[in-house]
Amino acid sequence: MLYNGNGNRYMKTKDIVYIALFAALTAVLGLFPPITLPITGVPVTAQSLGPMLAGAILGARRGGLSIVLFLVLVALGLPLLSGGRGGFGVMIGVTGGFIFGWAVSAFVIGLLIEKFWNSLNVIKAALSIAFGGIVVLYALGNAWVAVVAEISYWQATVGAAPFLIGDVIKVAIATAACLAVRKSYPLISKSA
Amino acid sequence: MIAGLYIDGNSVLHRAQAGPKILAMVALGTGVFMVPDWPVVSLVLASVIALYRLSGFGWRVIIAQIRPMAWLLAIFFAVQLWLNDWQAGLLVITRIAAIVMFASLITLTTKTSDMLASLERALRPLKPLGVNPEKVSLAISMVLRFIPVIATVASEIRDAQRARGLDRSILAMIVPLIIRTLKMADDVADAIEARSFD
Amino acid sequence: MIRFENVSVQFDQRRVLENIDLALGEKRIGIIGANGSGKSTLVRLLNGLQTATSGRVLVDDLDPAKDGRKVRRHVGFVFQNPDNQIVYPVVEEDLAFGLKALKLPRDEINHRIDEILARYDLLDFKTHPSHLLSGGQKQLLAISGVLVMAPRYVVFDEPTTLLDLRNRNRVERAIADLDQTVITVSHDLDLIAEYDRVLVIENGRIAVDDRPAVAIARYREMMA
Repeated sequence: MLYNGNGNRYMKTKDIVYIALFAALTAVLGLFPPITLPITGVPVTAQSLGPMLAGAILGARRGGLSIVLFLVLVALGLPLLSGGRGGFGVMIGVTGGFIFGWAVSAFVIGLLIEKFWNSLNVIKAALSIAFGGIVVLYALGNAWVAVVAEISYWQATVGAAPFLIGDVIKVAIATAACLAVRKSYPLISKSA
Repeated sequence: MIAGLYIDGNSVLHRAQAGPKILAMVALGTGVFMVPDWPVVSLVLASVIALYRLSGFGWRVIIAQIRPMAWLLAIFFAVQLWLNDWQAGLLVITRIAAIVMFASLITLTTKTSDMLASLERALRPLKPLGVNPEKVSLAISMVLRFIPVIATVASEIRDAQRARGLDRSILAMIVPLIIRTLKMADDVADAIEARSFD
Repeated sequence: MIRFENVSVQFDQRRVLENIDLALGEKRIGIIGANGSGKSTLVRLLNGLQTATSGRVLVDDLDPAKDGRKVRRHVGFVFQNPDNQIVYPVVEEDLAFGLKALKLPRDEINHRIDEILARYDLLDFKTHPSHLLSGGQKQLLAISGVLVMAPRYVVFDEPTTLLDLRNRNRVERAIADLDQTVITVSHDLDLIAEYDRVLVIENGRIAVDDRPAVAIARYREMMA
């Protein structure tokens, strides 16, 4: 990029800023009012777009760290989760697996997007984001629910199924956003 | 700045250090899973509620902690009733309630700044592993600084898109928002460098 | 004293600056030019935000490309958009940011913060969230953040572009009152009308280097 002369130190400052930016973006996405899906009545919040975008745009390391940073702020007691929730209570509550899973999900999405970076297209991007943002996330989230509610993993999965509709929509949005940003503002280098 | 969830008070819990409180939370969480016995766990839950009272919180605060998870707890109880028996149901819901309520109590009685200070202390031994506590606190401050800026940019973009009839498209909102804030991030990085941060 | 010795900068295939030779010793130096002429790149060389592809830059005999940290301590930088320069959510925290990096004692940090806030009538805002300041106050805060570091040079990159007339005047006055050597990049020709020397940059070269009256008149002809 343009700033090659200053070596590593410079890149590190920029990385910290990007990490903070996507943590803040995830918080701002939580401010949008949730949309309630017809018939099922399941609330869909924009917030879980944050981890998808962070991983798909910043890559594994920075994307994962930005969600870790977001979770640190929530743990510190700031009401940054959608609906103004925050603190340890929500984090270790029933949906804790999904909340911690966001960080893993961002990391996995980033890993896949980096792998496919040079030949990235709609299908590869969508599959990467769906794998990290749905398969990995639900695996962690449902496992957590299964443990605290003392139900089987399968039962937890059935219980979480209605939320899938919202997440599929978010995968589509994140895919389009990731490809658009890649064109005009690529942040994952080819060697990464 | 964004206000934390902390509620002012002068109880023992308010005065206690964040570190030990977090350890107590971990201990309680582990404990209630080690003892799969509903009367014991119910007693723990009752003690947690008593702790709320001792920390100066009224019933309104206590109910506000329970309400968001009430419907989930009801479902879990019903599922256990259907799969096993009511004792199993009671164990599951009292356990979740005890852990969540105690964790929330820690958040309610600990200032964000104290929490941050303990985090910085906890990170210090990780320095040899490449974790730089100063950079962590810089990042935390930047998030708090960015939130209102991004929210403002978002509403500017929404107005602009509305003028073009694109107000229903989330994508028309999110892409310009990301591009604009990424440019901002580049400038911020320059400014940090220019102010001789290393 | 600032020297440019045969400095060229190239981005990919494009030459942004070509063979710049300059010795700048005046107290007030203005730099004007069309968008994309290379004027911002020229000043970014002064603190190592940009490095030269060939040639070298010397600020008081230090090369920003080699001694970036040392040079940055002496060369303050104020950007166009204060929102992108304010790093911390609270006014005093933002001012303390650079000072903490200098490892100054707490008392000294507080003293310097109060002094600078008093200078720009911002003392009442010391513990305020920085995003609630007005546009002009934000730019003054950005300037304060630079001045608390006690630099010898202050570079302004289009500092008044985003401001209304009243705030433009406030910032102009703030710049005029500085003891430091000032280098201002601007589209705002009034801002630099009283300076000691004005450079006009065109296509990566110095097209005019003269007194403001002469340089601005030539610039107007060029842009006509």
